[in-house]
Amino acid sequence: MASFTLNGTPYTLEVEPDTPLLWVIRNELGLKGTKFGCGLNACGACTVHLDGDAVRSCSVPVSDAEGREVTTIEGLASGDELHPVQAAWIEEVVPQCGYCQPGFMMAAAALLADSPEPTDDEIDETITNVCRCATHIRIRRAIHRAAEIGAAEGASGEAGMSRGEAAP
Amino acid sequence: MSDESRSGITRRKFLVYSATGVGLLLGTGYLTRGIWRRYLAGVINEMEAPWTGPTEPGLWFEIGEDNSVTLHSPKVEMGQGIFTGLAQIAADELEVDVARIRVTHAATSSGNVDPFATGGSTSISSLWQPLREMAATLREMIRREGARQLGVDVSMVTIDDGTLSAGGASLTFGAVVAAAEAWELPDTPPLKDPSEYRFVRQPVARVDLEEKVLGAPIFGMDAEVPDMLYGAVACPERVGTRFVSADGSAAREVPGVVDVVIEDRFAGVVAESYTAAWSGLDALEVEWDTERTWDLDDIRHMVRVGEGTPYEIQKEGDAERVLDDAADSGRLIEAEYTSPIGAHAQIEPGVALADVTAEGATVWVSTQVAKLTREEVAGVLGMDEEQIDIRPTFLGGGFGRRLHTPIAMDAARLSRAVERPVQCSLSRKQEFQQDTFRPPTHHVLRGTLGDDGHIRALEHNVSSGDVMHGSPFVPDLAGAILGHDLGAWRGGMIQYGAIPHHRAVSWRVKLPFATSWWRSLGLLANTFAIESFMDELAEAAGRDPVEFRLAQIRDDERGRRLGEVIRTAAERAEWTTEVRDGVAMGFAASTDANTPCAHVAEVGVDDGLIRVRKVTCVIDPGLAVNPDQVRAQCEGSVVMGLSASMFE
Repeated sequence: MASFTLNGTPYTLEVEPDTPLLWVIRNELGLKGTKFGCGLNACGACTVHLDGDAVRSCSVPVSDAEGREVTTIEGLASGDELHPVQAAWIEEVVPQCGYCQPGFMMAAAALLADSPEPTDDEIDETITNVCRCATHIRIRRAIHRAAEIGAAEGASGEAGMSRGEAAP
Repeated sequence: MSDESRSGITRRKFLVYSATGVGLLLGTGYLTRGIWRRYLAGVINEMEAPWTGPTEPGLWFEIGEDNSVTLHSPKVEMGQGIFTGLAQIAADELEVDVARIRVTHAATSSGNVDPFATGGSTSISSLWQPLREMAATLREMIRREGARQLGVDVSMVTIDDGTLSAGGASLTFGAVVAAAEAWELPDTPPLKDPSEYRFVRQPVARVDLEEKVLGAPIFGMDAEVPDMLYGAVACPERVGTRFVSADGSAAREVPGVVDVVIEDRFAGVVAESYTAAWSGLDALEVEWDTERTWDLDDIRHMVRVGEGTPYEIQKEGDAERVLDDAADSGRLIEAEYTSPIGAHAQIEPGVALADVTAEGATVWVSTQVAKLTREEVAGVLGMDEEQIDIRPTFLGGGFGRRLHTPIAMDAARLSRAVERPVQCSLSRKQEFQQDTFRPPTHHVLRGTLGDDGHIRALEHNVSSGDVMHGSPFVPDLAGAILGHDLGAWRGGMIQYGAIPHHRAVSWRVKLPFATSWWRSLGLLANTFAIESFMDELAEAAGRDPVEFRLAQIRDDERGRRLGEVIRTAAERAEWTTEVRDGVAMGFAASTDANTPCAHVAEVGVDDGLIRVRKVTCVIDPGLAVNPDQVRAQCEGSVVMGLSASMFE
């Protein structure tokens, strides 16, 4: 048995306690935005938030999530309003193949929550995910842009980009 | 995956499907010798693949009653941005807004998958002409039919964003299509001049941005159907190791394991969950026969210029004689370079979901070769190709890794055995072990300078494992036509045409494991070797490497374009041969796919570690359908190239 909250909804499931959180999210709960890349805690494609901290869900047993809050890419936006990271990712046209991007966005959102205006060095040290299309240049730019969007929203209390605006 | 998406083109959204006799285009005799010749000739002569697939608008486009336009792409989206470029091209000839176009992957059952592959930097260049022609033809079909429905002469009908207007009345494309009973297929109308295009040449945002930013389930790994199970297959851990037999009794006892499938040279486990499938595979006892083992040194010794079969791929003047004479007179400059084996390491592992029934099979798979995958799945199931539908998904990276996707056969075998849909994927370890690697290379370069300080003769010998021949997607026929491997020698010819005597020779080596495309085929290693040697020659001549390169360029269109990117890169990077603040500059240029490109790298050393501080990249791709995505590809290529050269 495992009980935790996923993107605000509480779940109780019959799963082996040592099942990696990744597979519970993907295959038991059907949210496919969290990706499998290596299964070895190395690439970061499976990054989710556990009580707000970025963790690599392929290497976290579901028992570690007991009673805690899990957030995935599907829960990053608030309703129809994109998270500043997602809005910045769209503005900077970051994704290529896109497979690793949810992991990057979750890692970036956690970084910005801790450090609202990260430096390049801080980004390089904290965001250790792997992108084989090598979109790193735009990722770093988008994190700075997300910091700006976040700061503007915080200052004005205004809504950010909504989903409908994402189309070209 | 709903039933609605099953047939691709449904009756309600029907277009010119029956009217143009699509059935005639399909069938196994499709890949004829003639088409192969034409394809290969195009690749060799122009470094561009001509389109040899269907040219029926009804196979490409689907127009909904809500006036939505769906483009069924015959090529797959693996990050290179072609869905966006194709939408731009189609929008301009169809006369609809680019935002109205949705791009999807054509299933093999739709008849519109590429007969070869997605790869080789050919998607936009090969589809540019046929897609414009088909979009323009479709537009004129709708205009004529719309005129008939409106009861006006076709010359009175104007079009604006998918709506026809004439004398105050208007009809959407969707309304015209819904009410049409028969279609008149006109001759291909004249195409617009690119200067009239509204979307082509613009940095339109990627059409797949929203899905990719929201984490939508678009990849092969994300495919899901009711009642599906998970599979894992046994793979040899070493080159030279073969499957002998397997004992599944322990694996069957693992909780969650549904079945263990042991067939001829194949063993796999099917389970209720992903983790149970892998626990089952761990418990599977497999006997392997290891004929011999290979290590990297063995491979290095095989890949040597002088071993294997040589093919002269370029010859101007008499470089051999001039260089032999130079050797006798002590004026020969020589250098050797090697490049190591490379793994693709795309983040999404090999994966396929197969649903096999007595009637046929549907397979959702991340693949660059849907047509080959259909042939292979049909083969392993003993079915006709028409019974198999391959549904390509978005790819979590391609880079050439998915130019062969036997995982689809594995999933099909498991699904057939358990009579339920099975998703089968590789572990990261298997992904590396089963990779079709970038072949290692060995280069020997010889050159000599004239009394004028210019290069008098230059010769490049490259030895490489197969790139193209190693791939099952290239039939033996290609080998019979070519002999040499045009993948391996891509970028291996001397681009400095003003050198009076130049020559390039490709040595083909057959390695004991599969090697294949890796992002840019042979271009990476060949450019590295030739351009490194150009610096050696510049050094010997005592000249600036950039000025020296410019002096070796022939005065023709190709040469002028190459010269322009070289000069621009030097200018933008403020090129100097001086070391400034511990940072030195390096230069390289190449031409591929009719696209000259030059780089300046600024390199320093920090605490004994080499650090690349900045790279300036200048590229002239001609008309860039989407300049922002060309830029994105350059950024990615630079970083992936740095990773390969410094860390892999």
